[in-house]
Parts: sequence; C-alpha cells; structure tokens
Amino acid sequence: MDTTPTVHRHKFETVVVGAGGAGLYAAMAAAEGGRSVAVLSKLYPTRSHTGAAQGGIGAALANVEEDRWEWHMFDTVKGGDYLVDQDSAEILAREAVETVYELEHFGLPFSRLPDGKIAQRKFGGHTYNFGEGPVHRSCYAADRTGHMILQTLFQQCMKRQVTFFNEFKVLDLIVSHDGRCTGVVALEIASGDFHVFHAKAVFFGTGGFGKMFRITSNAHTLTGDGNAVAYRRGVPMQDMEFYQFHPTGIYTLGILLSEGARAEGGILRNESGERFMERYAPTLLDLAPRDIVSRSMFQELKEGRGCGPKRDYLLLDLTHLPPEVLDERLPDITDFARTYLRVEPKSEPVPIQPTAHYAMGGIPTDNDGRVWKDGHSVIFDGFYAAGECACVSVHGANRLGTNSLVDILVFGRRAGKHMARYVAEADWPELPRGAEDQAVSLVDGILSRQSGERPVDIRETLQDEMNDKCFVVRNEPGLKEMDAKVAQLRSAFANVFIQDRGRLFNTDLVECLELGFMLDCAQTTVVAALARQESRGGHYREDFKERDDTRFLAHSLAFPGESSDSVRIDYKPVRITRFAPKERKY
Amino acid sequence: MRVTLRVRRYNPEVARDPWWQDFDLESDPRARVLDLLHQAKWYHDGTLTLRRSCAHAVCGSDTMMINGHNRLACKVLVEDVAPVIVCEPIRGLPVIKDLIVDMEPFFRSLESVKSWLINEEPPPNSERLQSPEERERFDEGTKCILCAACTTSCPIFWANDEYVGPAAIVNAHRFTFDSRDRGAAERLEVLADRTGVFKCRTTFNCTSVCPRDIPVTELIQEMKRAITFGKI
Repeated sequence: MDTTPTVHRHKFETVVVGAGGAGLYAAMAAAEGGRSVAVLSKLYPTRSHTGAAQGGIGAALANVEEDRWEWHMFDTVKGGDYLVDQDSAEILAREAVETVYELEHFGLPFSRLPDGKIAQRKFGGHTYNFGEGPVHRSCYAADRTGHMILQTLFQQCMKRQVTFFNEFKVLDLIVSHDGRCTGVVALEIASGDFHVFHAKAVFFGTGGFGKMFRITSNAHTLTGDGNAVAYRRGVPMQDMEFYQFHPTGIYTLGILLSEGARAEGGILRNESGERFMERYAPTLLDLAPRDIVSRSMFQELKEGRGCGPKRDYLLLDLTHLPPEVLDERLPDITDFARTYLRVEPKSEPVPIQPTAHYAMGGIPTDNDGRVWKDGHSVIFDGFYAAGECACVSVHGANRLGTNSLVDILVFGRRAGKHMARYVAEADWPELPRGAEDQAVSLVDGILSRQSGERPVDIRETLQDEMNDKCFVVRNEPGLKEMDAKVAQLRSAFANVFIQDRGRLFNTDLVECLELGFMLDCAQTTVVAALARQESRGGHYREDFKERDDTRFLAHSLAFPGESSDSVRIDYKPVRITRFAPKERKY
Repeated sequence: MRVTLRVRRYNPEVARDPWWQDFDLESDPRARVLDLLHQAKWYHDGTLTLRRSCAHAVCGSDTMMINGHNRLACKVLVEDVAPVIVCEPIRGLPVIKDLIVDMEPFFRSLESVKSWLINEEPPPNSERLQSPEERERFDEGTKCILCAACTTSCPIFWANDEYVGPAAIVNAHRFTFDSRDRGAAERLEVLADRTGVFKCRTTFNCTSVCPRDIPVTELIQEMKRAITFGKI
C-alpha cells in the first residue's frame, strides 16, 4: 500500500476552526459582505458541546423584574473573585442584551412569559443591586438552551451557505515568514488526507479540555486541541490553574444536572437531609457561585456527611417541586437521572458530586478576539480565538452560570466582525514552504511505530491522577507529584503505539493525537496551579487558604519553556475599571 | 456481568466484504453500550471505529442499530440489551467503516427543505413577541438532535434515497408552525414534491426509535394536512 499522504490545498480569506457557538457566530459575522469563510470541525456542527449547555444565557433584559447591565457586570467581576478584566466584563454585560435579541431574530425558540417576552430565571451568583439577592437574568429554552443556540446558528449558516469541512481535525497553525498567522493544516478524518488551508485570518473556537479529568461533564472530544496547537506555536496559556468544578454532576458519570435545577428551587442535602448550604452561603444558599458550592460539598464529604456506603456523594432534592416544573422547565435533566441512575426525580433525590466542567483559562485575547502573541502586548496578526479555548478574560477565577454562552456568542461575534474588517484590508501573507510538514510528521510518527505504550493506559492514569490531585482542593505535595506524573506520562506518550495503521477514518489515531494535546493542557494547568500560592475562585489551595491580592491579583501566563518539557510561568496585571477588589461573601 | 458484544465490521482497506466480530466482555450492568464499545476499542481492538461525543444523548453522534433497533449507544444501558449485544451501522446511508456511515446526504436533505427561520421583515429593537401557546405549537420539533435514527429506520428511505426523510420534515415542521416565520409557502412547496411528505406511509418506525420521544409520524401528518388544506 502507498503510504505517502495526499495533500490538498485551499484558499479562504477566513478559516474558522470549531463549530460550536463561538465558531458559528464568528463565521456568520466574518462572512458579512460576501467574504469567503470556511468552517472546520472535527465533528459535525450540531454535535459541538455548546449543545450540551442547559440552563440559559444571562442578559439584563429586565423582562421579569428590574435589571441593569452594570449589575451583570458587577456579578461577573465578583463571581470571578476580581481576577476578571473589567473592560471585557463590561462588554460582556452590555452586548449580551443585543446578542440575545439577535439570536431571537435568528429564530431561537426561547421559552416565553405570558406577555410574549423571552422568559428569564434566576441563576447562581446573579443578583440585583450589586449583590442584594437573586435576580431573574437567565434567558432560557427549557433546559436545552445550548442545543437551541447551536441549532439556530447552524440553521443560519445553512441559510447563508457557509462552507463546512466536517470531520476535519486541525493539527497545526501556519505562520508566515513575517510572523503572521496564515492558515492551518488539517487531517480529513474520513480519508486520512491532509489539507492545507491558506487564509488571511484564522479563528479558534475549539472549546475546552475537561477530558483530562476522570469525572467531567465534558464530551469525549473535549481534549484541548486548539489550545495545544497554539501553545506548540509559542502562544502562552493564560490562567490555566482556574478550572471550574460544577457542583451537580451525576454520581460517577459526571453528566451535568443544570444549575437551572437549583434555580427552580432544587436543594442540596447531605446524608442526614440537612440543607448544608445554609452554613456556607447564608444569602444565596444553593445558588451561590459554583466554586463556593463545590468547595462546600467537598467539606461535607470530607467531614463524613456524604451518602452511600462510601459516603462519597450528596443529594439534589427536587421532590418538593411541582411535577409540572420538572416536566416543562427541566425535562432533559430529569430524563438523565431516570436513564442513567434509574432515579425518579419527582419522588427521590438525585445522587450528585462535583464534576470538572469548564476551563476559565486558555488562549489570551483582546476584546476583539485577537490573540496576544506574548500574552499581553503583541498581537499575533491574523490569529483570533473566542469561547472556552480562549481567555479574554471575563470569567477570572470562577465563571458564573450562563456566562459561558454569553462569552462564546458576544466574543465570537466580535471576533467575526473584526475579521471581516481585517481581511478586507490585509494582503495575503505568503504560505511558507512545507507548511504541512510538521503535521504530517506528527501523524507519521504515531502510525509508523511498531510497538510501545497503549494510549488508554496513559489517558486513564492522567484522568485518575488529575481527579485526585488537581480537583476541587489542591496542595503543594499533590501538585508536585502531579507535575512529575505528567512528565512521566509525556515521556510514555513519546513512545505511544496504536493498533489501527490505516488512513481511512482512523479514530485510533484521532484519539491518540487528542491525548497528546490533553497532556499539554494538563501540564500547563498543573504548573500554573503549583505557582499560585493562594486560594481564589475555582483554585483552592488548602496550604494557602486566603486570597493574596498583594502577590496574585494577576493573570498567569504559561509559556513553553526552553526545553521541550518545561513550562515557564509569568504574570500580568488585571484590568480594573469600576469595582475595587474586596472580600467575596454571599 | 458477562456479555457478548457482536459488531458488524467493515473496512475497505482490509477486506471487500463486512464481517462479524465478537468481544466477550465483563461489564457493569448499568454501563452504557457506548462504554462497552470503548472497552472493546481501547483494550482489545483499536481498529474498531465509531462516532461519539457527548455520551449523554444530546449530540446525536453515536446512532447505531443495537439489537435491530436504531438507538444512541450512550442512551442504552447494558442490562437492558444483554447478554448478546449486536451493533450495526444505521441503514440507508453508505457505510464508510465499521459503524460509521456517510452523513452528508442526511444533512443535505435538511438544507433542501429550508429548515431555518424565514422572515425578511425588519426586526424590532427588542425580541419579537411570541405567546407561550405559540411557542408550544412547534416545541416537539425543536428537540431534534439530528441523530438520523428516524430517517435511517424508515423503509421508504431505504428504498428511495430521494425521499427527504422524517428528520428533514420534523425540522421543516418546526419552522412552518413558528408564529415568527414567513416561509411556510416555499417550504411546503418543496415538501409537496415527489421527494416530500407524501412518500411517508406512516409505518411509525421513526416515532418508535426517536431518542428524544418526538412524535415524528404525527408531525409528518400535520405537514401533509398543511399542504392538502393549505392551513397552518
């Protein structure tokens, strides 16, 4: 059999990688005025993980009660434990409103109020008048908000005849001789062929990397590919130590039960039936931000008040809610409990535990999605990112519920608009010779190995150890062990061996490449977590329990180090405009 | 529990014809069939090929025939289909490799029925109003995850791949009955064609396999009535 890979070449002004909410919105905006746009996804567009988002999208529409974008901005800043860049949070809160209206005009089927307006419900950490009490801010479509967003954006892309390259997996970023980003190299999964996409602008909306943990709400495909591809080209990763653990993952499976369940009145209980959040967040109770609830749960479990023979889970109690609330507003998540746990949520509480959910950190960008080449001052011309793979930063140390959908849409849209302007003016950077070489040798290296380590052993060790040592609560000895473990797994990966040696739809190869990307994400996460000797938002160090603004009111930047296996950490200041940091209480 | 996972294999790089492969595996009865397929792939035979992503029935990637019925492998628990679990690719679309079929024709049919909101009136500065009752009218169709279970269980689609199939009709229905939409006429014109709704012979296969419990056949009948009587 001929083993020489076939290489195809394409030219589009803009190439969008990732077809979730950020990518599809960016593609639509970039295509305005007839500019040529290609969307590459390693899945089909409607299968991106945006579709799994349940609860809603926060926007101060004030459809139920008084609300203001300033309050949304404040909640975002406070929720993020003041590590949020406040100019970005202001854009998020202001533009959320027009973005939600635009989605509605695109046909998004929001749930409605009796007066015909978009329905809104309460959500964790969202308050009126700067923290006084919960506010109805989350616009929702039952508990399928993300699904509706993804479908709506895909429908609009079909209508506009956007060019999709489905099941194309991006392996490398192309950088021109003058340092501009000028395309990507992708593997066409179905054929095993390589494709070089020459572009003026490249956008990454490639999502998160929760699969580096064992218990996670994330899809199997959330492996940080975009982050690792950028990192391998020298782009630092910002705030990687801030990973969000969501309080209500289905026991042992990690499948998410939306915060919408608590927003509708669901209560967290321990083994004796106690509503334990009364002790930890007396004002917001079960609707305190996720880092606080997850940590409170960890404490309950640690002090022996968990349920079951291993005392390793807690309960989400929905039994007191009117059955029609479950049927109308929470149909999917009640179905998950029935399907996977055989629990009837109308009559029994649902076993839950914290689950790895969302990366607050990622590729550093400005407010138009332009990537910072050095993390803070030099723009990487032609390279854009938004959504979970990026860090703009609007989530800081902890993201509020609903703000992920706001982030991907507001900043995906802004990046798309900026790209439309940029490609109209920019000339074509020259495609460097041998643009595909690195990607081809990455794949050939794996395919040509005759024996070695099994990917499954490396992956499962990584997931188990990350769950043990880099989860809700961290400490120095654990993180140091994890750092050594990641190094060990990386050297094992250098010798990884797969069974499928074919070119055709080789998912053995795809999963193996993803494992390599995940190891990069895990490494930067662990090193950044070790360096941050304080507790803030989702990053809780039991050996440094207090927030330390003197040393750490700063974003971390993890750069690829001198040797191929080291990470260098640097910091940059947080942009503070309206709200001075103060102690965070709920 | 001990189970036999029997998979219909196909790989044109290796052999011209499909073959069957059995994996004898130990499984938690509450595991998903997807977990079992992963166990087979990761620990026994890396060449076994399937699609999957979210693993909890919202992305629609892992539709396959399990013991003769179109199901999502991530939504079926092992204990409900054990001890012999037979996995085959869905029917009516070309098989690329093992459990993977070519989805492009499926997505093209969705495009052919204009399954998007059509309304060229200038939008207001806020949302377009819609009452909860108007919203409820098209709710069922919005649940569709485009998994193709319905379309590839339809005997009419098997016999005639020109038929747009149940999934496309469900998505056309979703907009036709949306009070904000103005495109019903052009959509119904497409669906009145020989490749459209009247190909449906109400065998209800689509309804019985839908992992989202969408009453697919009923929605198709509503579209037939809309075309016949011209009333939305």
